[in-house]
Amino acid sequence: MIIQTKSDILPSEITPKTVFDNRREFLQKAGFGILAGSTALLSNQLAAAVASTKSLDNESKLIASGQSNALKFASRQKITGYAKTPYGADEKLTAYDDITTYNNYYEFGTDKSEPAINSKLFKPHPWTVSIEGEVKKAKTISIEDIYKLAPLEERIYRMRCVEGWSMVIPWIGLPLAKLIKWAEPNANAKYIEFVTLADKQQMPGQNLQLLDWPYTEGLRMDEAMNPLTIMAVGLYGEQLPNQNGAPMRLVVPWKYGFKGAKAIVKIRFVEKMPITAWMKAGPSEYGFYANVNPQVEHPRWTQSSEKRIGAGLFAGRIKTQMFNGYTEQVGQMYAGLDLRKNF
Amino acid sequence: MLASNRHVPTKKQINWVKAFVFMLCLVPLMRLFWLGFQDNLSANPIELIERSTGFWALFILLATLSLTPIRLVTGRAWQLQLRRMLGLFMFFYACIHLVIYVWLDFSFDWNAICKDIVKHPRILVGFAAFILALPLALTSTNSMMRRLRERWRQLHQLVYLLAVLAIVHFWWLVKKDIREPLFYALVLCVLLGLRIHYHFSKTTKPTGKPNGISKF
Repeated sequence: MIIQTKSDILPSEITPKTVFDNRREFLQKAGFGILAGSTALLSNQLAAAVASTKSLDNESKLIASGQSNALKFASRQKITGYAKTPYGADEKLTAYDDITTYNNYYEFGTDKSEPAINSKLFKPHPWTVSIEGEVKKAKTISIEDIYKLAPLEERIYRMRCVEGWSMVIPWIGLPLAKLIKWAEPNANAKYIEFVTLADKQQMPGQNLQLLDWPYTEGLRMDEAMNPLTIMAVGLYGEQLPNQNGAPMRLVVPWKYGFKGAKAIVKIRFVEKMPITAWMKAGPSEYGFYANVNPQVEHPRWTQSSEKRIGAGLFAGRIKTQMFNGYTEQVGQMYAGLDLRKNF
Repeated sequence: MLASNRHVPTKKQINWVKAFVFMLCLVPLMRLFWLGFQDNLSANPIELIERSTGFWALFILLATLSLTPIRLVTGRAWQLQLRRMLGLFMFFYACIHLVIYVWLDFSFDWNAICKDIVKHPRILVGFAAFILALPLALTSTNSMMRRLRERWRQLHQLVYLLAVLAIVHFWWLVKKDIREPLFYALVLCVLLGLRIHYHFSKTTKPTGKPNGISKF
């Protein structure tokens, strides 16, 4: 919490409705964990042919460990079998705790510390994504099947927020191009619109009409097909935490962070440039392209330099690079485009 | 009419209240040190310190501006003796706010700072507010009050403008969720509204209006 005020009490200190509603289910999960833990230990005991009588003390330890496992499993799941890539190999990673406690995700509150708290009972499974618009055939795909569309890769990318700070994040995901190929867009598809889940029950921040929910973002087709663009499903070797956009979010490393739509439920192929949520909210501040560009100033924040999260109190600022340092891979897409107008 | 039969605190009691408020005003700073020692200043400690000191400067400013309306409404006047201390604490937090910005945020890169001021109205307004606060802090001594007399009162009316600028500075910081700056803007409206109301309705004006300048 940075600032304490009356209004801050509302979202964070009162038990969120979702927590209240879901507590039964939560207790069931925890109970299941205890059961699973007990069973595992019991079978171990059998295997070791240890006498069946155990002291009460051991029993309670067992329950405690079962409980903590259940909680851990609920929040952190390892992803196995992803390939390392050379992207960002020379970058110093931002700490896991910083990446997962400092989030702009208004669906879970406007303070950056709020998403980590308010997204605890968000349910990223089961999850399906619907493919709509200018495609051969509208269809849906489960998150499990998206995992299987292409081998998962680790991509270490810089992320530059429009607010003037940046991180280095080891994402795990698949190239968006693979998903597009599977979706089979037709010749009319010039742009893609990404739509985040709209569910006030699970996303308490949507009770405030700050943005025109659901959150939407968009890319031009060639941007979406660029090898750098990924659909991220994990970070730091684990499934995406809820506050980072579970179960699947967009990552476009040469654009400002807000382009990365989270918890995507809909991918719509369209002919005309979509109007995104932030374009509606502030057309003079947020454009469709939102490419990282130190030459184009934002009315609120310095865009020529940035603060790297985790660098320490006295590290100062670093120079922001054109296209966030990815000019070589993406620069040619914008040849001839006035980036000052198309910010 | 109201003020006459109220209990008026003794000098000693006032001193205790002053000491208490003084300690209270140091709590936000102590909290920052405490969080710092715990390595608990969030992922973006500079931003947290900037926001926190900025918030407390505004909060204390509004507290300062509430002392006269309290007199107007209740007839009590002793709390006006806290006004200088609160005003100086507002300046104290504004100074830390500015130093953190110039030092930790921009590493004394004056070129970048100048650009930031020119290109971002939010920063410009913040700077303007700080510059307005300077003469108020510098003329807060008894001797300056005596020397400036009536002009001191006129000069210190700048505090109203300062409060407006501070809230605009905060308002332009937030992207979309304006609830917090809106709340402080409403508080300021109420505080200034009370003054205006009592200024124009002469009949309800409390008698024996304390001078407020030469008294302390």
